[in-house]
Amino acid sequence: MIRYVAQRILLTVPVFLSVLTIVFIVVRVLPGDPATAALGDYASKEAVDALRLRLGLNDPLPLQYLRFLGDLLRGDLGTSMINSAPIGDQIAHNLPYTLELTFAALLVGVTLGIPVGVYMATKRNAFPDYVGRVASLVGLSVPAFYLGILLILLVGVQLKWLPAIGGGDLTSPGDSLTHLILPALTLGLVMTASVARLARSAMLNVLGQDYVRTARAKGIGERSVISRHALRSALIPIVALTGIWGVALIGDSVTTELVFSRPGLGKLMVGAMLQRDYTTLQSTMVIYALFVVGINLVTDLAYGFVDPRVKTQG
Amino acid sequence: MNAAAGVRDRDTPALPKRSRSQRRRMWDTFLGNKAAVVGLGLTLAIVLLSIFAPLLASQDPLVQDGAGRLKPPDDVFRLGRDAFGRDVLARILYAGRISLVIGIASVILGGTLGTTLGLVAGYSGGKLEGLLMRGVDVLMAFPSLLLGLTVLAVLGPGIEKVILAIGLLLSPPFARVVHGATLALKEQEFLSAARSIGAGHIRLMRLHILPNMVGEIAVLLSVFTASAIRVEASLSFIGLGISPPTPTWGNMIRDGTTHLINAPWLSIFPGLAILVTVLAFNLLGDGLRDVLDPKLQQ
Repeated sequence: MIRYVAQRILLTVPVFLSVLTIVFIVVRVLPGDPATAALGDYASKEAVDALRLRLGLNDPLPLQYLRFLGDLLRGDLGTSMINSAPIGDQIAHNLPYTLELTFAALLVGVTLGIPVGVYMATKRNAFPDYVGRVASLVGLSVPAFYLGILLILLVGVQLKWLPAIGGGDLTSPGDSLTHLILPALTLGLVMTASVARLARSAMLNVLGQDYVRTARAKGIGERSVISRHALRSALIPIVALTGIWGVALIGDSVTTELVFSRPGLGKLMVGAMLQRDYTTLQSTMVIYALFVVGINLVTDLAYGFVDPRVKTQG
Repeated sequence: MNAAAGVRDRDTPALPKRSRSQRRRMWDTFLGNKAAVVGLGLTLAIVLLSIFAPLLASQDPLVQDGAGRLKPPDDVFRLGRDAFGRDVLARILYAGRISLVIGIASVILGGTLGTTLGLVAGYSGGKLEGLLMRGVDVLMAFPSLLLGLTVLAVLGPGIEKVILAIGLLLSPPFARVVHGATLALKEQEFLSAARSIGAGHIRLMRLHILPNMVGEIAVLLSVFTASAIRVEASLSFIGLGISPPTPTWGNMIRDGTTHLINAPWLSIFPGLAILVTVLAFNLLGDGLRDVLDPKLQQ
């Protein structure tokens, strides 16, 4: 097991490096000059040149790339092009909100999605399955921000049960929890739809297998057949794809943070984009990349945990 | 093939007849799948509504009217008016044109790019395959919305840029599916047969491999049109897709959220349009998958 974990961790290094390279390419190599963009079209040539010099944009690209990696290795996320504030501080302030939201949403998605999907599979083609299939397809089609708006209107404005906007005070567990529920539900329900669909088809696949019939033939109760025999194998594809959906969740977390006016990486990134603050944008993307690589790693490890065959290979 | 149709002659070659009845059976399966029929119907309705938007909208989507600011729905303005007094219904109809154009154009772009990549990678094998598919893996490891946002932040807003950004994002998943399908077909005997009579690489890929994965590609086209429309809405909602005054469902919702409490119709109706459109293409894709994938038919 230790060998498997070490191997997986080592494998994330090239992936992370590739993603960093993509971030660098997109931000630096695509047409458009960051310095001109930051200062606006009417800036004097001297001001643009000074900023280019300060950002090191006149150096050859390979050198810029190495400097980008070197700064990251030292944990230096740079300073904002707009207000010269250290980006690391901004990220440290915003990251906990995004972490809190993403994990709460994953929790909702998995704890709700798997049982619903398994239940749908056991009631195949009956009424509950039909309702579940329609509902999950609607969940798959609704943009997260629209679901968020509907929840704000219903729960926040009409019923006045929960605060509709803001991130709450992180030092007060009660306050931050009430502010977390609606956004987490928004993202979580979107994810529930995908997980339930997946769990349903994985279960159906397994339920058709011979060993399940054997288990039934032995006279084991249906509940035990489902939970001890079928679900165990069905969990393998579920875990693998939950990781993929977890990554997709990060994209939707950006719009969710905007809808609920929550502080977070998404808000920081979009703000940087609209202000053309390339350094902040680049560093935020690096943190997101770290996030994605982390989720993929956890998925891989969970995969090894539910499928013993994975560990023994190579 | 048409010559054989309907003629019950013993000399008629078996293949065309079977392929006709197979097509017939697929169509029957499709019609028997309620979700697929609903999806096809909705998709056609949405396309027609968008094409005939100028005839259907009673108001100009861009004409402002200060006196009609944020008026709730009434008999003339059936879905209410926005902060500039513009007709929400007309704007939703016109926005549908943009969403569909972006959805379809970016899927065509991404599909062409991805199919070519996947086909070449799967067919050629070796180092080229490894390189191309590693690239696809890396691109797929990153949330597409974030990549799209970054590309657009650099390129700036505009319809053709949104199409380019979304098209690029859609190509890796396309490439992956086509790559898998190519690998499965590559070892089939009919390919060696074609090769043995001197068919070149391009001809083999174009006339022998590609037509055999039309089913997979049709499903992808439908499902990815749904996600392209969803991503476009998200980009415009964030403020990096299509800029006002051109209406899109995403930027209408973005404008609507500032008046969420006193004019909720500004956000609710465009959102409903997104939901129904994306749902239609997803239903269609699901239906096509059921029809074309015999393994799932039980």
